[in-house]
Amino acid sequence: MKHVKTLNTRDYKKSLVTGGCGECQTSCQSACKTSCTVGNQSCENKNK
Amino acid sequence: MIHLYKNNGYNIVMDVNSGAVHVVDDIVYDLIPLMEDDLDVSIDVLKEKTGGKYSDEDIAEAASEIKELAENGSLYTKDTYEPYVDKFTDQKVKTPVVKAMCLHIAHDCNLRCAYCFAEEGEYHGRRALMSYEVGKQALDYLIAHSGNRVNLEVDFFGGEPTMNFDVVKQLVAYGRSKEKEHNKKFRFTLTTNGVLLNDDILEFANKEMGNLVLSIDGRKEIQDKMRPTANKNVSSYDIIVPKFQKAAESRNQTNYYVRGTYTHYNTDFAEDVLHLHDLGFEQISVEPVVCDPKEPYALTEEDVPKLLEQYDYLAKEIIKRRKEGRFINFFHFMIDLEGGPCIAKRLSGCGSGSEYISVTPWGDIYPCHQFVGEEDFLLGNVYEGIKRTDIVEKFTRCNVYSKPECKECFAKFYCSGGCAANSWHSTGDINGNYKLGCDLQRKRIECAIMIKAALAEAAEEAEEKDA
Repeated sequence: MKHVKTLNTRDYKKSLVTGGCGECQTSCQSACKTSCTVGNQSCENKNK
Repeated sequence: MIHLYKNNGYNIVMDVNSGAVHVVDDIVYDLIPLMEDDLDVSIDVLKEKTGGKYSDEDIAEAASEIKELAENGSLYTKDTYEPYVDKFTDQKVKTPVVKAMCLHIAHDCNLRCAYCFAEEGEYHGRRALMSYEVGKQALDYLIAHSGNRVNLEVDFFGGEPTMNFDVVKQLVAYGRSKEKEHNKKFRFTLTTNGVLLNDDILEFANKEMGNLVLSIDGRKEIQDKMRPTANKNVSSYDIIVPKFQKAAESRNQTNYYVRGTYTHYNTDFAEDVLHLHDLGFEQISVEPVVCDPKEPYALTEEDVPKLLEQYDYLAKEIIKRRKEGRFINFFHFMIDLEGGPCIAKRLSGCGSGSEYISVTPWGDIYPCHQFVGEEDFLLGNVYEGIKRTDIVEKFTRCNVYSKPECKECFAKFYCSGGCAANSWHSTGDINGNYKLGCDLQRKRIECAIMIKAALAEAAEEAEEKDA
């Protein structure tokens, strides 16, 4: 495309099918302890 | 639902419900809102609504690209997830799983931090150290209630956990001894103020702790004002900085964070972040204080414009440093666009009070560390289990769709409705919205995505140069 550059992202809709295993990190455990940041967590599902 | 914004010279379009992010030129940026309700709107109408500043040819070309994005499901995507929330949460209420635990190893502390939600370690209660027996029972509780989850997280927290480090060591050994038998893998984390950090603790932490959180607020004057020692003549900054530098290097600058809190007293907090980077730390988290609005150090609505500017300034500085080859990772600008969480995780939020619980030195269970000592939130204890399943259900059902203001917010799938404790502190309801926190969160997400766009562009330019 000439006018648009799309960053590589995970398609949420597709993740409805493959997601939900629950093995990912709990948001607060990593560093914050005072705020919720889910978008920075990494998915741990190898079959995604 | 779309969100468009300009930041640092980039025009960014977020397609909120698919997660797609586009960096676009001016014409597409102007046309996208105009085509949301009708993809086939005529060129004449688009030309008129953009004040005649683009040619028919350019409009046709840009509109065709917009149409293509919409057709491939990365623009104007509808929110179709709400029906799934009930499905997820009903299942979680029916068969609750705990996978993360904050162990309050010591309700005591050797610093006197002004803003400490643990009230110098006491948490509205008494000074106490967790015994090995209570800790062991807590780990047994976690194993027994973790269903088929393999990865279990345990944070050794306080107060200051190094004041009871022998118990930390014993509990790590106990946890490890149970991994094989139960097919579990413990990920331990230690959060410390550094005062007692020594080679022995560091060696142990490097062997056993998946993450090490080192508490420091930034510049010396900020650290010593907000995180004083009991002896006013002794600087905590001077004590901890060399230890933290050694710790960061010994972990090869990974799997740790220096973690600070900013308050009304340092609304120029970006300087603290950059100071920490200048000290040699590459993994940095500096976060807004959460406290009673009556406290003199509480952030105010009047602080917000400056705080937003600080995030913009920090984002630009991070890009500059990264381009110079000086790596810096700021926790609140981390965003994993490609490998981030599935929608189920984004709909469930942080998991406090359901997947994540906190345990006091005497074994009481609370929804998370922020609620410890708030008796209305006492869930049970590690010996008798959770009695207040009504509170657990309320936390389990707390998500972006249970908060009316979140539904219309572009940030909803990044923050997942935010922190229940923040909401409760500011509104008296875990389903409320902490407005100041939301303003800052939205800015951080915008900055984080802009940084991705800038670094992607820089990588592309470097590739072209090499070619």
